[in-house]
Amino acid sequence: MSETEIKTNPQGDPITSVAAPKVDGKKDPHAEAKRQRVVTPEYMFFEAPRTREFITGSEAAKEAIRRSNVDLAIAYPITPQSETMQLVGVLYGEGYVKEYYRGEEEVGVMAAIAGGSRAGVRCFTATAGPGTLRGLEGIASWPGHRLPAVAMFTCRVVNAPLAIQPDNIEVAYLLNCGMIVFHAENQQDMFDFIMAGFVISEKNDVTLPVGVCCDGFFVTHARGYVRMQDRGIKLPPRDPWRGAVPVLDAENPPARLSRDAPVQKSNFMAYNIHAVWQQEVWAAVERSRKYINRYMGGLLSAENVENADAVIIASGSAAAQSREAVRLCKEKGLNVGLIKIRSLRPFPTKELRELCGNVKLIVVPEFNYVGWLAKEVATAIYGYSKAKIIGGPRVYGGQSMPVELIVDEVESGLTGKKSTNVAMSQIMGGAVSPDEVAHFMRSI
Amino acid sequence: MSLDYVKFSNGFEKFMPKEYRDMVEHGPFGRKVTVSQMGSFKEVLEEHPMCAGCAMTLFIRLAMIAFPNPEDTITVGTAGCGRLAISQAAIPFVYGNYGDQNGVASGLSRGLRLRFGDKPKDVVVMAGDGGTADIGLQQVLHSWFRKERFTTIMLDNEVYGNTGGQESGMTNKGAVLKMAPLGKKFEKMDMVQLAKVAGCAYVATVVPNNPRRVESVIKKAVLVAREIGPSYIQAYTSCNIEYAIPTDKVMEDAKAVENDRYQFMEYVSEEAKQYLTERYGYKEFLAKQAAPAASISGKA
Repeated sequence: MSETEIKTNPQGDPITSVAAPKVDGKKDPHAEAKRQRVVTPEYMFFEAPRTREFITGSEAAKEAIRRSNVDLAIAYPITPQSETMQLVGVLYGEGYVKEYYRGEEEVGVMAAIAGGSRAGVRCFTATAGPGTLRGLEGIASWPGHRLPAVAMFTCRVVNAPLAIQPDNIEVAYLLNCGMIVFHAENQQDMFDFIMAGFVISEKNDVTLPVGVCCDGFFVTHARGYVRMQDRGIKLPPRDPWRGAVPVLDAENPPARLSRDAPVQKSNFMAYNIHAVWQQEVWAAVERSRKYINRYMGGLLSAENVENADAVIIASGSAAAQSREAVRLCKEKGLNVGLIKIRSLRPFPTKELRELCGNVKLIVVPEFNYVGWLAKEVATAIYGYSKAKIIGGPRVYGGQSMPVELIVDEVESGLTGKKSTNVAMSQIMGGAVSPDEVAHFMRSI
Repeated sequence: MSLDYVKFSNGFEKFMPKEYRDMVEHGPFGRKVTVSQMGSFKEVLEEHPMCAGCAMTLFIRLAMIAFPNPEDTITVGTAGCGRLAISQAAIPFVYGNYGDQNGVASGLSRGLRLRFGDKPKDVVVMAGDGGTADIGLQQVLHSWFRKERFTTIMLDNEVYGNTGGQESGMTNKGAVLKMAPLGKKFEKMDMVQLAKVAGCAYVATVVPNNPRRVESVIKKAVLVAREIGPSYIQAYTSCNIEYAIPTDKVMEDAKAVENDRYQFMEYVSEEAKQYLTERYGYKEFLAKQAAPAASISGKA
């Protein structure tokens, strides 16, 4: 970072959430922001030189916002929240974000993001866990209103009893909103996905909000290496005139039409309008695939999948744990591949069908109880693969995932060794052994 | 809005619907119209699906005539009867989620200021008593506390009309309605007082049977919200269906309610008074000795 003096807390960590920069009367606090140069997304993502920093996921998000030409950011300090939105507040003080305020709570924040996006400006917010669910009515309406924006979800538990620990159950609620959903594995993904998210969200044939999820604490609070472009460059501004739907700025010919037409009449036309509207939202999700491929290098990444004995499919922090599990398996002489899913919506159905055609065993570790990713994977490859799918191991409620748990499932799946980590009901495909069922029933 | 948008492209006049031609040739865009000229110009709101005798519709028509710059105004609403008419007007209308109108308007007005700077882009929220005082109360109050610069208008029919006549916070104590089978058990919410406490720079109550007064308060509220701070108008707009008011007695009812609980009230902050006087020539706020005997409000 360019700051010459870095303040630290008693533990020696840099204090990043300090207030707006001091104004000494001579130095313009916005001077550096004003010098930022607009570059094309292609230059930003593929050509601009990068330097490496060791920062938290929240700081990576802040640095992404610094380079994303954001107009309006709205914050709410829900517990559990990451530092992200207060760090974006620092950017506002420095002039990198043009408008910023602390909202009343998530319902109000998500409504205001909807208002800002309708006004034609680039909007960002972040929330987590209960905040996501509190704001979900608004969030779920953004795609239907065709509102480009980026929201970051730093996943935490949402179930009672009240807690603040990491658990990505909230992703299950976001998957069916009609928004584009990415799942970041680490700090670098956080940085890259947010910036790509703005560009993809505003593409004319997409015009949808993008949700960038990560597993709270593991990514937001922990540090990792992030390769970043120079802070003197930024993405082009949102160009509302090019939008697929008119922005609400009273700069269009007047007509007795509402952009957000209420179609609540009980007749065939009203049903038809709403049905077509939903189809179009999901068609727009499909159209985003080409941009995800272009700017993010694909909806998934595959390592060592061909000729592997087994494949682990994971997203988010589970992908990081799985990478280590693959290494441990190699030490044990097991040839295991890894598929990391970056984009959950759209889901890489075609890619998985191609990759998993000949795979015999698939293990899907997750940081939630319900196993939303295992269900997605099973649905995607049904009929295209005869693989046995082990929907687990799963940890939740704040638990971390020992890599040995994953290795255990790979071994049990491949060798028939007994495991009690995954319920029989979560093992799909392959041949069902009555002995295994009996073993499982005895173990519970 | 550039008024060029309102004109026809050369050669297209004859292909445009009569409705649209009338809007271009006789509409209110780019010129001043008043409620006393009703009938002599094309209104932005004419056809609508509201009930016969609906006072709310009359109020919305009057309010839209009073907008100082209809060509640069965006309305925001929520579920309720009002949006059935507001969404038919030739003014962009945002229909978001239940009770989120003041949150949406906060983001919208800030976004428009970022894009258009000092050029007026008036954001006007029009929502019912349920949307404003019940489900939307938190966002309404916080938008006022934050001094968001847009106008909030409550269309107060003292009932959830669109959903079939349930009690709202603005219903009078004792009124028997759905969900209040024994009569409402608490007082009508004092939103006017809340608006003052929360920092609105302009607050007024009004009934629709005095069109010039409606015009006057709407104009002032929108102008104050442009630069000074939030403004709030609470309008009695009876529901003749749920309160069983005969169609030809709607105005009589409005008069009776005005005398009972809707006396005209106007609160203008000192800053707003100075602004209206200096910027828009309002003389009514000048010190008594300097004011002429019969000052006329409504100039904008």
